[in-house]
Amino acid sequence: MRFFEYEAREIVKRAGIPVTDYGFTTDPAEARAIAERIGGPTVIKSQVLTGGRMKAGGVKFADTPAEAEAHARAILALEINGHMPRGVLVDPKAEVEQEYYAGVVWDGIRKQPVMIFSPVGGIDIEQVAAEQPDKVGRRHFSNILPFSEFQAKEVIASTGVTGSALNKLVPIVTRLAKLFTANDMILAEINPLGRLADGSFVALDAHMDIENEARGRHKPLLADLGVGDEETRQAREATPFELAGEEVDATDHRGVAGNVTEFDGNLGLVIGAGGGSLTLFDAVRAHGGHPANYCEIGGNPSVAKACGLAKLVLQKPGVDKIAVMMSIVSNTRVDIVARGVIKACLELGYDPAEKIAIFRIPGAWEEEGFKILEQYHVEYADRSVSLNEAARRAVEKIGADAS
Amino acid sequence: MSILIDSDTTFIVQGITGREAVNLTRECLDYGAGAKVVGGVTPGRLGRDVHGVPVFDTVAQAVAHHGAPIDGSVVTVPPAFTKDAVFEAIENGVKLIVIVTERIPRRDVAEMVELATLRGARIIGPNCLGIIVPDVIKMGGIGGPAKNAAQAYTPGPIGVISRSGGMTTEMSSTLSAAGLGQSTAVSIGGDAIIGSSYAELMGLFEADEQTQGIVIYTEPGGRMEAELARWVTDNNSRLPIVAFMAGRFMDEMPGMSFGHAGTIVEGKEDTASEKIARLAQAHITVAERIEDIPAIIGDKIAARQSAGANA
Repeated sequence: MRFFEYEAREIVKRAGIPVTDYGFTTDPAEARAIAERIGGPTVIKSQVLTGGRMKAGGVKFADTPAEAEAHARAILALEINGHMPRGVLVDPKAEVEQEYYAGVVWDGIRKQPVMIFSPVGGIDIEQVAAEQPDKVGRRHFSNILPFSEFQAKEVIASTGVTGSALNKLVPIVTRLAKLFTANDMILAEINPLGRLADGSFVALDAHMDIENEARGRHKPLLADLGVGDEETRQAREATPFELAGEEVDATDHRGVAGNVTEFDGNLGLVIGAGGGSLTLFDAVRAHGGHPANYCEIGGNPSVAKACGLAKLVLQKPGVDKIAVMMSIVSNTRVDIVARGVIKACLELGYDPAEKIAIFRIPGAWEEEGFKILEQYHVEYADRSVSLNEAARRAVEKIGADAS
Repeated sequence: MSILIDSDTTFIVQGITGREAVNLTRECLDYGAGAKVVGGVTPGRLGRDVHGVPVFDTVAQAVAHHGAPIDGSVVTVPPAFTKDAVFEAIENGVKLIVIVTERIPRRDVAEMVELATLRGARIIGPNCLGIIVPDVIKMGGIGGPAKNAAQAYTPGPIGVISRSGGMTTEMSSTLSAAGLGQSTAVSIGGDAIIGSSYAELMGLFEADEQTQGIVIYTEPGGRMEAELARWVTDNNSRLPIVAFMAGRFMDEMPGMSFGHAGTIVEGKEDTASEKIARLAQAHITVAERIEDIPAIIGDKIAARQSAGANA
């Protein structure tokens, strides 16, 4: 889960890395008060979880508190890439001599965190890496040995930085590396890291992204920052349909019938498991079909849950038929899913044979499952019919170009 | 032959008294020649048994009871306890650890992998279904109950490596139906950081005489396919490879994660289209449909063999 800049800066500050004396607010009048306290030129920055905020007019400079208030009012009302700002950050306009970059990310191949440092900051580090590769230092560090300052020193020195700048940067990069580990971050980045006229360094912007699976062990931090358990901060907000999907999945603890994502087509998908769903979704689209949703069944859900998911999809406006398809199952039971989807059709007053375009789930308890499907004259397929062919048949039934 | 495990492999199940673990134990005991599950570990349950497998409080007790080093462990404990369980297995001399548990933070996974590397142990997973050598042994839930596993997997020349547990079975079943059995199939897990990547298993398949070709299942997210492409080129691999890439639609949806935790597209290199291009550079064919895989890998193996015969 990505943090807003004002939260990321707070995390940086708590780790002992110097930050400017900024303030966060959702109120233009308070923005003025913060600017007054700062007592000089300020920068007003939109707090949104999307890039390109400078270009979109989400960052403005103010010479006076009155100007700060006016900018805050405009920015608070400005939508950027479909995101309304959470608030604004009022930041002293620092006199920066040079901008640096410091970051830590995971290297999934080496399976260790890697520190990245550059004396060329303020722009995208990938661009620096492409254009001035000798200005980007990288160094992995151990997951189990304690972090030691020389590791930070090495990565900074490798970019040609020396003198007092080197000595002042070492503790900052060390703290960044330690906060990355301590907070289960998947990204911890200070960019730009500014060197001021007096030679001191200050974090001017920060990006932090905490691993979702680890949120449970950082409850105090998240509570302090005011981040609720329900806040997922996905790339886009969950739709009511998707939230209803979460409710279905939460009905009981048996298996999964969830990860529902809304699309705008006419073919409802009741599909699984993880890899099977990805394969099937691609296949439906490859045959010219228009999925109404993505979802995943797995881990042997109850009849009630399979039924709930099928009902949700069947009731989605624009859905004509559903396709019930999975890769060969060994844990999930075919008969249970079959019962669930038939029950959903019946309870909604539909003929299962009409509404279920195809049922292709081979594997555990398939004889029992197929028997039930036969009773209701639902077209089904065993493992001799590929995922791709099942998707093709479903699309053929509903018509490829009707949307 | 096979890679990683064979009929002599001994292993324990950590978290053996959990519902899924009880089923998994049954399945492994029933499959092929019957796995040598020499013990289970659940703290506080010393003295019980699960389908005849004795339960211990600690791995050390299981090793003492067995009277010899234990080769492997299947770890099925909840995410918060997995790291400790894996450390316990490693420090008690276990060299092959299959982690079934899902939703483990990657810092924990990275710590486990680093300790394993220091001790000369190997981790498969997390978030995986394990390893199967058709008709011989399975270690983990892969393929499900013995009867179902026997229906999908048959012995033969193909090594299968998959980021999806279910798709390991789907692809192996397709190969089996076409008369192409498997030497070993490995479900490596769908997370962003895993114990053994494609490239880290290739050396074992390369050294295995039975294996004549490799089939992989892959998804968007991460750099593992680029690593495989590099490995194949650097090592001048004798094994032809066919890949299947699911989740191509995700290229249009950066920042969203579907399927497995590892699938989130964070940069251009992570996308399906970029991966397909990299694999192609290393002469790894990316099949459009799963049903096309047997013919493609079959042709590639035949081409290598005739090239070898002419040389």
